[in-house]
Amino acid sequence: MKTNDIETALQEELRRIAPDIEISDIDKSGELREEMDIDSMDFLNLVTALGKRLKLEMPEADYPKMNSFNDMLAYLQEKTG
Amino acid sequence: MSQFLMPSLGADMDAGTLVEWLKKPGETVARGDIIAVVETQKGAIEIEVFEDGVLDAYLIDLGTKVPVGTPLATILKAGEAKAAAPKDVEPKDAASKKAAPKPVKTPAKKTAATSPPITQPKAKAPPPVGTRQRITPAARRQAALAGVDLATLAPGPDGIIALADLSAPTAPKSATQPAPMSDMRAAIAAAMSRSKREIPHYYLAHTIDITTAEKFVTRTNKKRTPDQRILLGALYLKAVAKALAKYPELNGHFIDGLFHGSKAAHIGVATNIRSGGLIAPAIHDVQALELDTLMDGLRDLVARVRAGRFRARELSDATITVTSLGDRGVDLLYGVINPPQVAIIGVGTAVERPWVHKSKITPRRTVTLTLAADHRVSDGHRGALFLSAVGKHLQTPEDL
Repeated sequence: MKTNDIETALQEELRRIAPDIEISDIDKSGELREEMDIDSMDFLNLVTALGKRLKLEMPEADYPKMNSFNDMLAYLQEKTG
Repeated sequence: MSQFLMPSLGADMDAGTLVEWLKKPGETVARGDIIAVVETQKGAIEIEVFEDGVLDAYLIDLGTKVPVGTPLATILKAGEAKAAAPKDVEPKDAASKKAAPKPVKTPAKKTAATSPPITQPKAKAPPPVGTRQRITPAARRQAALAGVDLATLAPGPDGIIALADLSAPTAPKSATQPAPMSDMRAAIAAAMSRSKREIPHYYLAHTIDITTAEKFVTRTNKKRTPDQRILLGALYLKAVAKALAKYPELNGHFIDGLFHGSKAAHIGVATNIRSGGLIAPAIHDVQALELDTLMDGLRDLVARVRAGRFRARELSDATITVTSLGDRGVDLLYGVINPPQVAIIGVGTAVERPWVHKSKITPRRTVTLTLAADHRVSDGHRGALFLSAVGKHLQTPEDL
């Protein structure tokens, strides 16, 4: 999948969960949960949505690789690549 | 024929504005169907019908604010003939209803679908049945505060009206002028002031080792796809429900000087609303739910609260509340009891700290639980036993 498509997917799913936050405004290397003000349930819903959309398992053990927007994007690119 | 009433919306709300009908006159309705949406101080609440039948006629126009208990519509039982004219409806209304059993402003329907809303001829009511206007709770609230007519708003590119789409009418207030209290804040203020005024709270705290429970969650989730995974939050709810079976004086409602205990643990889950404020709708009968079913319920509830939609029953039924700081908070929080309930359990943020485990000081994950309870109904002694029981249940998560 193209890098652009993955970034779009991530942005869209984040927007669905935190519609009040502009993704262009966040620090993309900062802690994603802080930047988007999301809790463990929101994060689980994000992982669920991305897993379904990109057909990935996204195991819990990989959560530390999804700390920031950039980390998450790199992780998704690696797994779909 | 029976009347469909505006249901109770919880202790802190006594009226709501009818914003949407989801069933039309003549349509069949079944018990549990959502037939209307009411906008309240705390967001949009879906109203369920409690009997089977056929929706006969609307008694209230869209956009009308009505107190709890007001008839909203009439419902015919299966096979029952349509009444000539419902007695308790004003003649003028009944006439217009009979002639056209649709909201009065039906002409707006077509224009709303084909042309930009802004050109609508004085469409004062929200869109009629069938053309759901999608608007975020924050935007709806802001529009109400600023007196903006929802029908005049154009949605963003995604078809949803968000706060940003309202920017024009909400000019920034001058720095010297204090902002008015939002409806949400007013509702919280009313309930919490009443709580602190009427309820003699006592407070207890208890720090427990949560390592085993966390490992249980990790182990459970290891082979599961994301949609099947559980969260520690579900374990807390189940542990509370189990402990309540032995300490029923913490579960129920205190009304007019009398405590009405509840056998069922309908646990209110305090949940943040993104646009500000919080609400604690209930998950029903937690004591009877398997962990996985409970987790599904929790997911569904949080998703709906985030979207600003929940059901009336969920707001009025809670018999106790659990409020949790999640993983980005502080050590402990003491809750304020949500009347007419008599207890609230606070869950702090889990942290790793030195702990004596099997006679050795080792790093363990710990969490501090608190209880705020009503001294008119229970004492600290029993409260402490209860809180301790919650902690013990969490040590054997496989039994939850």
